[in-house]
Amino acid sequence: MEFEKTQDGSVLKVSLVGELDSMNTPELEEKLIKEIDGVKELIFDLDKLEYISSAGLRVLLQMQKTMKSQGSMVIRNTNEDVMDIFKVTGFIRLLNLE
Amino acid sequence: MEIMQLDPVWKRMVWNVLCGKSKVKEMLLMKELKVEATIENLSKVFTFLQDALETCDCPARTKRQIKLCVEEIFMNITHYAYNPETGTATISFEVENGDKPPRAVISFADTGKPYDPLQKEDPDIEAGLDERPIGGLGIYLVKTTMDNVEYERKDGQNLLTIEKEIGDKAV
Repeated sequence: MEFEKTQDGSVLKVSLVGELDSMNTPELEEKLIKEIDGVKELIFDLDKLEYISSAGLRVLLQMQKTMKSQGSMVIRNTNEDVMDIFKVTGFIRLLNLE
Repeated sequence: MEIMQLDPVWKRMVWNVLCGKSKVKEMLLMKELKVEATIENLSKVFTFLQDALETCDCPARTKRQIKLCVEEIFMNITHYAYNPETGTATISFEVENGDKPPRAVISFADTGKPYDPLQKEDPDIEAGLDERPIGGLGIYLVKTTMDNVEYERKDGQNLLTIEKEIGDKAV
């Protein structure tokens, strides 16, 4: 699992690459919590995310809740495999998918 | 008496045959992994599963669904059956064939606190963002993506078994 982040002012873009599972999610969560202060727009690019478990879903939901109070969050380029999981869990209605 | 000397995997297989639960010709594959139930060992579980699934002619989507459920159940064992103490989890993987289409049958055994994850209430997936709690999705994913999930408390063990059709027509 890799995550690439780019910040432009108050816009934070995070690209998730590989597999987001229970082992590597805590590291992602920790980094996001550190970076999120002052961010008005959070963009996740999931183009190269091949796998997500409930641990990753927890982080996305937590970020969505945080961003609701301080700006906006969008999720881009969700592939079919990850979309499957979003559909089953109802995340398709909770997240702003582009 | 001979049966008693077999390792547990073969013993169960022979027992199933003797009980008429399965036939040898229907058992295509059986593997077993015993590890300490810790988050670090999830990688060992994934390697075990990947090896087992490699030998199956199974759609990639089904493999991903099985992997997801194995992660969710293993993490449940580490969090609920053992936490804060630790203990072992035994995972067995078999492919069964016969009258039905081939299916993967994966069983998890642990000696932790009695814990039936199937008793957990399903999350309200229609709930809005503010009402939606963080977490509680793992077992729901297992219940919705597998064809069958069963829990049993037996001989001081939690036994959870999942089944998933793995043929070309699996969804």
